[in-house]
Amino acid sequence: MDYFIELFCSGLTRGAIYALIALGYTMVYGIIGLINFAHGEIYMIGAFTSFIVATVLSIYGFPLLAIVVLAGLAAVVWSSAYGYTVEKIAYKPLRHAPRLSPLISAIGMSIFLQNYVLLAQTSDFLPFPTLIPEFAFMEPVAHIVGSTDIVILITTTIMMLILTVVIKGTKVGKAMRATSQDRTMAMLVGINVNRIISVTFIIGSALAAVGGLLIASHIGQINFFIGFLAGIKAFTAAVLGGIGSIPGAVLGGLVLGLTESFATGYVSSDYEDVFAFSLLVFILIFKPSGLLGKAETKKV
Amino acid sequence: MLKLENIQAGYGNILAIKDVDIEINEGEIITLIGANGAGKSTTLMTISGVVPARSGRILFNGREIQKAEPDEIVRMGICQVPEGRHIFPQLTVKENLDMGAFLRNDTKEIRRDIEYVFSLFPILAERRGQDGGTLSGGEQQMLAMSRALMARPKLLLLDEPSMGLAPLVIRQIFEIIKQINAENNTTIFLVEQNANQALHIADRGYVIENGRIALSGSAEALLKNTEIQKAYLGI
Repeated sequence: MDYFIELFCSGLTRGAIYALIALGYTMVYGIIGLINFAHGEIYMIGAFTSFIVATVLSIYGFPLLAIVVLAGLAAVVWSSAYGYTVEKIAYKPLRHAPRLSPLISAIGMSIFLQNYVLLAQTSDFLPFPTLIPEFAFMEPVAHIVGSTDIVILITTTIMMLILTVVIKGTKVGKAMRATSQDRTMAMLVGINVNRIISVTFIIGSALAAVGGLLIASHIGQINFFIGFLAGIKAFTAAVLGGIGSIPGAVLGGLVLGLTESFATGYVSSDYEDVFAFSLLVFILIFKPSGLLGKAETKKV
Repeated sequence: MLKLENIQAGYGNILAIKDVDIEINEGEIITLIGANGAGKSTTLMTISGVVPARSGRILFNGREIQKAEPDEIVRMGICQVPEGRHIFPQLTVKENLDMGAFLRNDTKEIRRDIEYVFSLFPILAERRGQDGGTLSGGEQQMLAMSRALMARPKLLLLDEPSMGLAPLVIRQIFEIIKQINAENNTTIFLVEQNANQALHIADRGYVIENGRIALSGSAEALLKNTEIQKAYLGI
């Protein structure tokens, strides 16, 4: 039973991070109908930024909590700037182009960012500092669920709650929903659609940056290529939940994380990715609109 | 108030409106009638800045606006209720109205305007928490008009408000259009296939054929015109 709970907890942790990244995919898709394949790279840049900031700050002997907060903030700001810029450079000029063009542009952007970090930083794996300590009060259950897992779960839950409040309650959030439901009409009520698209990219990138920081401190190492697999997994989660649906992305992330965790624990860790992507194939065959997605129908 | 001079606009290689001259004075109800595909909706979308004008000028209170962005045009006081109503389906009735007031920040006045549109269309007050997509066609038309009113437009562009509605509802909608015009001195530019109804509430009318203004005049004169009677009024 302990083993089951352990797998369940690590699955939740994993799933929460997939969900955090998947939200970026699903929000961008909801607004402009584009799979932003460069999103995984934004996450990787978030991890690198927090790595650099955390390393520098720890040299100067900052307290751990300050390091975590500052590294997180830096990652959020820097990744958001990248997300914003990527949209302006690679997608906005293609707004009225055929649908395939921005998709290819996204793949190009992904390859570009990977190689840019490879050249600017290094191709080696870098050891990520331990930012989350082992809490003393977690001692009795430490063999089942680690402190990092708890921190990750709490952080992602808070991020998702903030997102929900923004989307449901604020004017910008309503404008985002309106734009994703009917872009022409959004223009006709005076919403500056370009600005809303930028805001969407910034929010998605900020969430990915937090994901980057969390997973890097969980796994303990990073390199320029980590965005690729994480991106594809999060994309799988978004499709699983129903792309374009925000609750779907969260559900999809958790289902994917748990599947992987149980597959690793009870079958073999070699099959982790096989199970993840089999799940994608099955969902595409049997429920292409995803768990919470709506089939695309239009009332005429 | 609004003046279109030699406006050309279209999509891709197709020129949907080739030469449109229209003048609308403050406080008037002007109607634009024409067959399917004559360029009525394109004319409105060009005024709203969604479809760019290829040539010509649009003047609003003497200012050229043909290059302005859609949100700037709404800010100037020109609002459109597009064909097919375009309700945000997964926003509630109340949220749809909030979106109509997107560019305003005067919370108190917004609340008052919501009460005003609820007094025009009491059914919307009952449905305020319901998703826009679940409303009937008539209710959606009422919501779409209310949403446009939430911006306090000086000029209201209405694209086929009677489309697909029951005769009784159509009569109600047209009554409200007259009321909006009279109560708030809102200028109305009404695009209709339902030429008979439109000409009966309008001051003047324009007839568009194949992207050109073919005829214009006072509403009474157009109603008496034999060609119009044959082509659009079914007499």
